Amino acid sequence: MQLITCPWCGPREETEFHYGGAATVPYPADPAALGDDAWARFVFVRPNPKGPATEQWSHAAGCRRWFTAVRDTRTHRFLATVDIQPEVPR
Amino acid sequence: MTTTTAPPTPPGAHLPEHPDFLWRNPEPKRAYDVVIVGGGGHGLATAHYLARNHGITNVAVLEKGWLAGGNMARNTTLIRSNYLWDESAGIYEHALKLWEGLEEDLGYPILFSQRGVLNLAHTEQDVRDSVRRVEANRLNGVDAEWLGPDEVAKVCPIVNVSDDIRYPVQGATFQPRAGIAKHDYVAWGFARRADEAGIDLIQHCEVTGFTTDGDRVIGLRTTRGDIACGTVALCAAGHTSVLLDELGIPAPLQSHPLQALVSELLEPVHPTIVMSNAVHVYVSQAHKGELVMGAGIDAPTGYGQRGSFSIIERQMAAAVELFPVFARAHLLRSWAGVVDVTPDASPIIGCTPYDNVVLNCGWGTGGFKATPGLGWCLAHTTAHGEPHPLVAPFGLDRFSTGALVDEHGAAAVAH
Repeated sequence: MQLITCPWCGPREETEFHYGGAATVPYPADPAALGDDAWARFVFVRPNPKGPATEQWSHAAGCRRWFTAVRDTRTHRFLATVDIQPEVPR
Repeated sequence: MTTTTAPPTPPGAHLPEHPDFLWRNPEPKRAYDVVIVGGGGHGLATAHYLARNHGITNVAVLEKGWLAGGNMARNTTLIRSNYLWDESAGIYEHALKLWEGLEEDLGYPILFSQRGVLNLAHTEQDVRDSVRRVEANRLNGVDAEWLGPDEVAKVCPIVNVSDDIRYPVQGATFQPRAGIAKHDYVAWGFARRADEAGIDLIQHCEVTGFTTDGDRVIGLRTTRGDIACGTVALCAAGHTSVLLDELGIPAPLQSHPLQALVSELLEPVHPTIVMSNAVHVYVSQAHKGELVMGAGIDAPTGYGQRGSFSIIERQMAAAVELFPVFARAHLLRSWAGVVDVTPDASPIIGCTPYDNVVLNCGWGTGGFKATPGLGWCLAHTTAHGEPHPLVAPFGLDRFSTGALVDEHGAAAVAH
């Protein structure tokens, strides 16, 4: 059982957490301007690196807050967990 | 006085000779008409059908590890074609028909055993979806029937069809022609045939990059030197994204660990294959006697060929609920492969922005069953430079056009 360090609760068992995919996908600034290919890329294509990946995780069975994690997909080791970046365009 | 002593014999000299190798291990040539990246089932089958159907034999299969040592060595060998949509029925049923004649074609035993598959339904919605799938299968010429709980118990007496479990069995779809095969033998059969045709199977040869000239890839950089190519066919399964990133081709793939496990060897107790999407496990019994079980992917992506124990634990709970007789079986070993999952649970096959690169990936949790059918169609695609009709619906462009082939119902949990 892997321990994941929640930025607020500290190290907890991985079963308490929910994986939320890549953390590096901004919503398009001007969605109406996107063609089909660009729209498909936003909807379907995500980074799939072999190595460090920046991801969203939620401490679903704990404080229920989201955070950003950097995890090495070769080893599944968490390199860092930090408060979620507040740069959501509105 | 002199004594004569017999010359020393090496240990094991009295044992029979080693069997012949099934394929050569050639040094890579500097150029090939076709280079297949990935020496798993799909790559080897593509090589075989390139030679058999198209007479193309100046071909190399490049494998970064040993032949068929990735997902081909890690899958649970289930073969079926009971998918919902016409596009899927086309390719999977083509594959199943090839499986039915594959031993003769390869001249090699593959232990293909058509013992049928039960896909259990546990809820009202499961029942509606399952009956719909049975009707869709029949319209596509795929054998399928709907069985009630009593009939399920007749096909597989060890399934618990009583009402006293959390998600009682409401019935099941049944495809009698589904089955299992010996995955290693399948790979070796394809490899032997391809080698006999003169195709070079090159192991421990990892592709590290590509040399491009406009819209063409003219060469591959590998750990065993540069290799020039006419056409490139990518069959790299879970590592496809690594190659596509080198080529700058965006593709909707996520590589996840998919775990499986076996029990110790048991007497024959399980006559068929049972899958349950809702309770989340599937089980067959291999020829040697071990129970082979699998379930869904680990949610986080990963290239580590290992998964989390919690997934196995949940899977075992489901198995014991459905099969009380398994309660005292011991888990012998578990493992994981790296599977490339797409948003619509269907594969991506066809042409790419590069004129001479064809793509085969995204089979996710269920590529083994398609091995001969995919090999047939990808060889055609490689030889003619345009998709075989059976794989044409699975092009990368479907994510832009919206013509997705949503097989989550037939494919999402388990294969």
